[in-house]
Amino acid sequence: MTTDRKTRLEQLSDAISARILVLDGAMGTMVQSYKLDEAGYRGERFKDWGRDIKGNNDILCLSQPDILLEIHKAYLAAGADILETNTFSSTTIAQADYGMEALAKEMNIESARIARQASAEAEAETPGRTCFVAGALGPTNRTASISPDVNDPGKRNTSFDELRVSYHEAIEGLIEGGVDLILVETIFDTLNAKAALFAVEDVFEQVGERLPIMISGTITDQSGRTLSGQTAEAFWNSVRHVDPFTVGLNCALGAEQLRPYVAELARLSDTNLCAYPNAGLPNEFGEYDQTPEEMGELIGEWAKDGLVNVVGGCCGTTPDHIHAIAEAIANKAPRPIPEVERKLRLSGLEPFALAS
Amino acid sequence: MTEKAASSMFVNIGERTNVTGSAKFKNLILNNDFEAALDVARQQVENGAQIIDINMDEAMLDSEAAMTRFLNLVASEPDISRVPIMIDSSKWSVIEAGLKCVQGKPIVNSISLKEGKGPFLEQAKKLKRYGAAVVVMAFDEGGQAETADRKVEICTRSYKVLTEEIGFPPEDIIFDPNVFAVATGIEEHNSYALEFIEATRRIKETLPYCHISGGVSNISFSFRGNELLREAMHSVFLYHAIKAGMDMGIVNAGQLAVYADIPDDLRERVEDVMLNRREDATDRLLEVADQYRGDGKKRVVDLSWREKSINERLTHALVNGIADFIDEDTEAARVNADRPLSVIEGPLMDGMNVVGDLFGEGKMFLPQVVKSARVMKKAVAHLIPFIEKEKAENPDADSGSKGKIVLATVKGDVHDIGKNIVGVVLQCNNFDIVDLGVMVPCEKILETAKNENADIIGLSGLITPSLEEMVYVASEMKRQDYNVPLLIGGATTSKVHTAVKIAPQYDNGVIYVTDASRAVGVASKLLSKTKRAPFVAGVHKDYAAVREAHERGQKDKKRFPLASARANLFKIDWTSYEPPIPSEYGITVFEEYDLAELTSRIDWTPFFTTWELKGKYPGILSDRVVGETAKSLHNDALAMLQRVIGEQWLKANAVVGLWPANSVGDDIELYEDAKRKNVISTLHTLRQQMTRKDNSRANFALADFLAPKTSGLQDTIGAFVVTTGLCIEEHVKAFEDDHDDYSSIMLKAVADRLAEAFAERLHERTRKDIWGYVPNEDLDNEALVSESYQGIRPAPGYPACPDHTEKGLIWDLLKAEQNTGVSLTESFAMWPASSVSGLYFSHPESRYFGVGKIEKDQVQDYAQRKGMDLKTVERWLAPNLNYTPAH
Repeated sequence: MTTDRKTRLEQLSDAISARILVLDGAMGTMVQSYKLDEAGYRGERFKDWGRDIKGNNDILCLSQPDILLEIHKAYLAAGADILETNTFSSTTIAQADYGMEALAKEMNIESARIARQASAEAEAETPGRTCFVAGALGPTNRTASISPDVNDPGKRNTSFDELRVSYHEAIEGLIEGGVDLILVETIFDTLNAKAALFAVEDVFEQVGERLPIMISGTITDQSGRTLSGQTAEAFWNSVRHVDPFTVGLNCALGAEQLRPYVAELARLSDTNLCAYPNAGLPNEFGEYDQTPEEMGELIGEWAKDGLVNVVGGCCGTTPDHIHAIAEAIANKAPRPIPEVERKLRLSGLEPFALAS
Repeated sequence: MTEKAASSMFVNIGERTNVTGSAKFKNLILNNDFEAALDVARQQVENGAQIIDINMDEAMLDSEAAMTRFLNLVASEPDISRVPIMIDSSKWSVIEAGLKCVQGKPIVNSISLKEGKGPFLEQAKKLKRYGAAVVVMAFDEGGQAETADRKVEICTRSYKVLTEEIGFPPEDIIFDPNVFAVATGIEEHNSYALEFIEATRRIKETLPYCHISGGVSNISFSFRGNELLREAMHSVFLYHAIKAGMDMGIVNAGQLAVYADIPDDLRERVEDVMLNRREDATDRLLEVADQYRGDGKKRVVDLSWREKSINERLTHALVNGIADFIDEDTEAARVNADRPLSVIEGPLMDGMNVVGDLFGEGKMFLPQVVKSARVMKKAVAHLIPFIEKEKAENPDADSGSKGKIVLATVKGDVHDIGKNIVGVVLQCNNFDIVDLGVMVPCEKILETAKNENADIIGLSGLITPSLEEMVYVASEMKRQDYNVPLLIGGATTSKVHTAVKIAPQYDNGVIYVTDASRAVGVASKLLSKTKRAPFVAGVHKDYAAVREAHERGQKDKKRFPLASARANLFKIDWTSYEPPIPSEYGITVFEEYDLAELTSRIDWTPFFTTWELKGKYPGILSDRVVGETAKSLHNDALAMLQRVIGEQWLKANAVVGLWPANSVGDDIELYEDAKRKNVISTLHTLRQQMTRKDNSRANFALADFLAPKTSGLQDTIGAFVVTTGLCIEEHVKAFEDDHDDYSSIMLKAVADRLAEAFAERLHERTRKDIWGYVPNEDLDNEALVSESYQGIRPAPGYPACPDHTEKGLIWDLLKAEQNTGVSLTESFAMWPASSVSGLYFSHPESRYFGVGKIEKDQVQDYAQRKGMDLKTVERWLAPNLNYTPAH
């Protein structure tokens, strides 16, 4: 490591006020290009694992660390300032599908370490450059506010406490592995995210250090709501208590469809705005075919209109997309943070505000 | 936010979902009736609560479990969970359980310095981490603050430690400076209201960004039982507390007196108490308390309003629905006005605006509004000759209408009470209504809309086939490039159906209107240049979400294959059963039945529902909110009933038939005679296909209640048609010609009730006499209404037999049209509308059930049994299909 975390965070703070930062793109899309088979996913370490693990992208930090390193470096070469760790599903809850709960913490440590290594190498190549690593916490495959059983709307297949404990361990691993920021992303159920944020604060208290938090919700479709039914503003009211470094949106929609909700959050939130859409909407084969140029142009528009502070890509994006995005936002001013009136701001599915 | 709240910036927190404050809610929770408890929450949100307070502090309850369960259920109800939750408990563990269930940002009620600074900050820190705002009570180690000084002292200390020591956002702090009862007879209590108000003022002045809340009803605790007086006290208290800075309160929003409406003498006495203005204030309030008891209100015809100005008289007449002087007052106004139209646009609309505002604020109810409309129509009718004369002289004069709306009950349907109410309410608000009546074909609706240059089309319907017709109208509007918005309403319509089936057919706005009270708001927005686009876009978004949620819900709706459902039929032990055989089979006809015999059997509860008054009869007559309105409505109904019977306005006919019958699979065979050789008709029943865990409940079909042919038992089935609607048209028309919609709707509503009462009476006579399977039955009316008798009378088109086309078979069997005068439309609606038909099953275990959603295997089987093609059957059963039919 070339610099310590404290110095890097000071540099992050300078960078975010000076320019629009670039987050990396999709990990899954890049992993697919390696066409790994079951044996590929297993590598040496899991060759005798009792269940199929093909598709468990998060295990690659332990079974194919070099592939991960290579992808991270490709994104840094494309112009990304912030790497996301490959830990979307590295929680005990999400790993249960593969029987790999016990490896969750190790996966977080290793993924963070590999991303840091890629950053350190890029920084060494270009003196003066600082690359940051955001430790990613995905939504898990369970929801705390939606019933899995239509006949029993009160039923839940997980709980706030179960999520909180699972996230707690993942966050400890990420910080131990060296991340600079924590990113709670692809939030389709805000209650899951609140459990993650609760755990984040618990761990910060435990380790005696605070890292910047990035929060990214997912608007499922053009109804403008999360899967659990909240509007963008209601969602923001639910999570703003952790005073995040960025708030924003990712996944589900392409830049074109996401724009109105990005604009809405940009207007409402008194913190940095981060958005990383998919490469358009999937075609009939479930593939993303928006070109880097098309996506770069759309996101360049966001930047021109002063909507964003951090941009990147989600499903279907590649280093070429990130490169096009980085070019499109270069020399464009970051969004100024608006003054927002102090009000009692609450939410259900919809927002509520009361001035004093 | 409701308009009312926005204007006063005072936030109503719903108080009914609190086991410590509402006996009803407590009983529902204790009895584990969470469904009904959810309705309580929903009603509060519908009535304008902007936050709902939820409290489960009851010794008999596992409060944490109840809080968790209830909040999880609330989370699944978007019309409730759209507002923030206030998690209310004196137990920290219950508060935490609640915090773990809400995705939004809630308020916690409450914490305080009662146990000292340590625990207080510990809890506040946790709340910050959960992301919740907090109510802080004015309570510390020394007890609950009573004086303004102590309240301010404790709140200031709380504020300081919260904001300075743990960085709690000041805007998320809500102080509750303790509302205590006044006028208790104890001298120290006299200043309690004033102390609260004074503390509120000082806290708001000195502690930036914080808020003030309180439990308002505490203030009047000493007047329990005298609701009118309590409402006045709450209103006066709030008037002063809000001025001092109180910005939230736990109140029953529907039950606040309007400050300005409180009689001067009473207001002065209440104010004396609240502001502690004189020593004998409590005694003086007690002196008059009895005069203001809910039931002690004196009713004398007060004509003092006749002394007022013309405009005031018109407003008074409109608000109070008094038509007695309307012609002379309107004429007086016309003589003074520059043009006749100015009377409508000026004083009459001003008066109707008062009515509209009071209705919007929940201070007037639908029946009163319809009465106001009657007065308005009479006034307008008086002016029309003058307006037309002016028009003839000056054809360019403007008509002053807000917009034109074409209303129709769709083809095949005859039900129009709801549609007429909507029309009246819209007319009151100066919309021009073209009402095409009932059974209106699509082409006529569209042609009229075009010729009349209508701004909106509204469709109504009550029976399920009408839903399909509405889908058709929407698709035709798209095909023919219409651009006016389409409103959907009526008993079987729903937001889900509109969103999933109708809205996708037409792009220029399809909006489901829940009830008449919503119609004006919707129509106004649609006709506003600035509001239409955002409103339609909002509805679009909303419906997209509904569709998505619906689709998600559909995915998991597993059904049994038909064979498994049949294997799990409702098993009756036929070996030990002897079916009752009537003394005689065949048809019995009743002509011009005595209506007087039916009046005592009327079930009034649905009558009030028709008028959008919620509550059970007779309790509704003494309801705190709608009791007065309900009583007056009921009196009007009884008066109408008297005229109907006395002047023989309606003719009631009926026919009953009994036949030897057996079930054959899911079909029912009816035989010509007791020899059971010749099958004269086959009725077809549908079977439930919902999956049942371990077959714990049966998959019912009506055929299960009849002895199977293979049993060799001689079973019987009955069928009936009753009507009380013959000859109604001429009287309806007479009322309409007299611009009296109130009476015309009343007549139809009363006729509907009579038809139901007739069906009930005929069923009773069948049980006791015609079929005679319970000759000694002795049940009172309440037991009859609650259907505690033996046997059922399910009606085609209702949940147990959703296929309307089965009515055709019943009509043939009973020669119903010939015998009663009731005919069927192409959608199998009965005409006249005030008619009831159905089947009779006698088995003691027969019961009502809902067929629910069924699978394609059954629909195919059913189509084959009925000899109809699949597509046709799918169209009739559209609301019941658990799949999307291929078209």
